[in-house]
Amino acid sequence: MENRTDKNSYTIVFAIIMVIVVGALLAFLASSLKPRIAENERLEKQQNILYAMGVNDNDETSANFVSTKEAPKLFEKYIKKQLVIQDGEVTENDEAYLIDVKKEQANAKAGIPRRLPLFIGEKDGKTYYIAPIRGKGLWDAIWAYIAMDKNMVVKGAFFDHAAETPGLGANIKQRYFMDDFIGEHLMSNGTFKGIDVAKGNADPRNEDKTDHAVDAIAGATITGDGVSAMIRNDLKLYVPYFENLKQ
Amino acid sequence: MGLLSKKDSKLILDPLADNNPITIQVLGICSALAITAELEASIVMSISVLFVMGVGNVVISLMRNVIPSKIRIIAQLIVVATLVIIVDLVLKAFAYELSKTLSVFVGLIITNCIIMGRFEAFALANGTWRSFLDGVGNALGYAVILIIVGFFRELLGSGTLLGIPVLGDPIEKTGLYAIGYENNGFMLLSPMALIVVGIIIWVQRTRNKALVEDN
Repeated sequence: MENRTDKNSYTIVFAIIMVIVVGALLAFLASSLKPRIAENERLEKQQNILYAMGVNDNDETSANFVSTKEAPKLFEKYIKKQLVIQDGEVTENDEAYLIDVKKEQANAKAGIPRRLPLFIGEKDGKTYYIAPIRGKGLWDAIWAYIAMDKNMVVKGAFFDHAAETPGLGANIKQRYFMDDFIGEHLMSNGTFKGIDVAKGNADPRNEDKTDHAVDAIAGATITGDGVSAMIRNDLKLYVPYFENLKQ
Repeated sequence: MGLLSKKDSKLILDPLADNNPITIQVLGICSALAITAELEASIVMSISVLFVMGVGNVVISLMRNVIPSKIRIIAQLIVVATLVIIVDLVLKAFAYELSKTLSVFVGLIITNCIIMGRFEAFALANGTWRSFLDGVGNALGYAVILIIVGFFRELLGSGTLLGIPVLGDPIEKTGLYAIGYENNGFMLLSPMALIVVGIIIWVQRTRNKALVEDN
């Protein structure tokens, strides 16, 4: 005997009801949680920027942000200016940290001049210029906040990724990798050279800071190449600003 | 196990060893290879799968009399995908830090054959409580293997456990590294995960001859 659930009409009605129920459930959940998620992302950006300029809760080995509670307060305290550079023109914008670098990159491809956010932070009498950059890793997006001084020498870096392999590419957000960038020079004799994530760098302690190279993570070649490319492509765009700064 | 009947406790205990989803049923291998380079990732993945499988089995068991058999696989897939998206959204809203660590794994859960396997083989034919126990049991069996593989891969590949250096410092040459030990970078690549799983299967079948199939 044919079962009630074997009928075609039953199957179709069941499929339609299931899709509607699941769709409604997920849509409701997503829209009701959206403000909380957006707020979390906003705080994370502040934490990232602060991390890059050395305002963080690190101990000897860990890479920890300041707490979400303190982030807005500290962000206001340390970040003195937020700039947007577009077509060589520099304007101040208090919400420059909310600029979506991914969207700006897409705009640039479509011919719309890209807006480049830059944050100027001050800590212990030193000035930090912090730039957000974004690129591709092995599986998905990778991004970073690089803090520099006015000579484009790296003073701090924070890397993050969407879906790199745990234990391999995902280690770009480990302290030992991020700390290697501190002190590296981006410019060489007045031209932009970037920093290569190099295999066989023969400098495991990263003592040579003018060689424009840091040691790669074993087994994460493509992620490392992505990091080099992201630094080369995105930080280069800031060079005119830094050249103006010197004059 | 005073709380559970003998039959029920079998549902939890069997998948831990003699009917292990990875080493005996040979399911869920893909995620076991992909994320076991670190012990922490193995643990986090195990907990996520425990949740999805426990709840998923209950949901499928509740729906077992109304799901049309023609589209049961699609219905099961929708249940897994929905649970995974709910976990992801809730974590993003209430445990943002954790959600970032989990991001890679949450997506991988959908591809986990054990979940679909248990829905198909057990939850569609059994009551809610027993389905729940079966889901938990199989998730624990999966967790055991994942944690063993993660332990050896992280220890031999990076010289650390849960991120803490346990064999000394490879750059400063202290601890084991002082006597010439080197990290085996090959352990961090997926092929070695397969070999470690293979070794576990071998050990298990050597100890329990009943598991060896006759040709």
